[in-house]
Amino acid sequence: MNIILNNNQESFEGDRLTVNEILKAKKFSFKMLVIRINGKLVKKDEYDTAIVNDGDKLDVIHLVSGG
Amino acid sequence: MTFKEIKNILKTKKVGIAGAGGLGSNCAVALARVGVGTLIVADFDVLSEDNLNRQYYFLDQVGKKKVVMLAENIQNINPDVKVIACDVTLTEENIPVLFRDCDVIVEAFDRADQKKVLLETVISCMPDKKLVAGVGVAGWGHNETIRFRKTGNIIICGDENTEVGPDMPPMAPRVGIVANMEANAVMEILLADECVS
Repeated sequence: MNIILNNNQESFEGDRLTVNEILKAKKFSFKMLVIRINGKLVKKDEYDTAIVNDGDKLDVIHLVSGG
Repeated sequence: MTFKEIKNILKTKKVGIAGAGGLGSNCAVALARVGVGTLIVADFDVLSEDNLNRQYYFLDQVGKKKVVMLAENIQNINPDVKVIACDVTLTEENIPVLFRDCDVIVEAFDRADQKKVLLETVISCMPDKKLVAGVGVAGWGHNETIRFRKTGNIIICGDENTEVGPDMPPMAPRVGIVANMEANAVMEILLADECVS
């Protein structure tokens, strides 16, 4: 399937994947994330269940301390 | 636009700033210098001496509340700016109330978990509000890694990677760059709004 990940077109094996499956495939190991599917917030306890479908827009923001 | 025209637009605007540390104090001062009418600044912290390596305060203000001192410093730069100093810990309950009327919100926290609370609250409770965030400011050098990107209503400034640690402290040059990038992004939003309406 093809999705828009952080404004870039990306391809993944399979028709629908959970957020966690995509994070694993992308080897994202960050701790503090803010994730949206098509603009809608996905909370951390939903990463195993929230589904990303073909054509979806997925935003992953990785937060680090400092300011 | 002349600076006079810019000031006339900005004086009608209200910006919320979440945090009055390195990002927040420097961003607030930049916005005050260009004449943003109202700044709502929220922070619970007291100034310590080691904050002075990057934050817009002075030695004789150590031990005092940051939001109160920031209001004082801004008063000395541009007395036309109204600073609403909120000595509070921001939570998912009070963020939508405090920043309800703001044209833009600036994320200027130090800790990643606080940044996350603000971003998630704005995304879920205030999806039409623009939020400018500072992410990845620690260390020194590496100007080439500092960037800017937009994702929906969130605008991110910083390298999105470098985390503070014992060997990677936050310091004035890099924190100041990102704080001023945030202020620059805010100006762009405030002036663009005006061109449309």
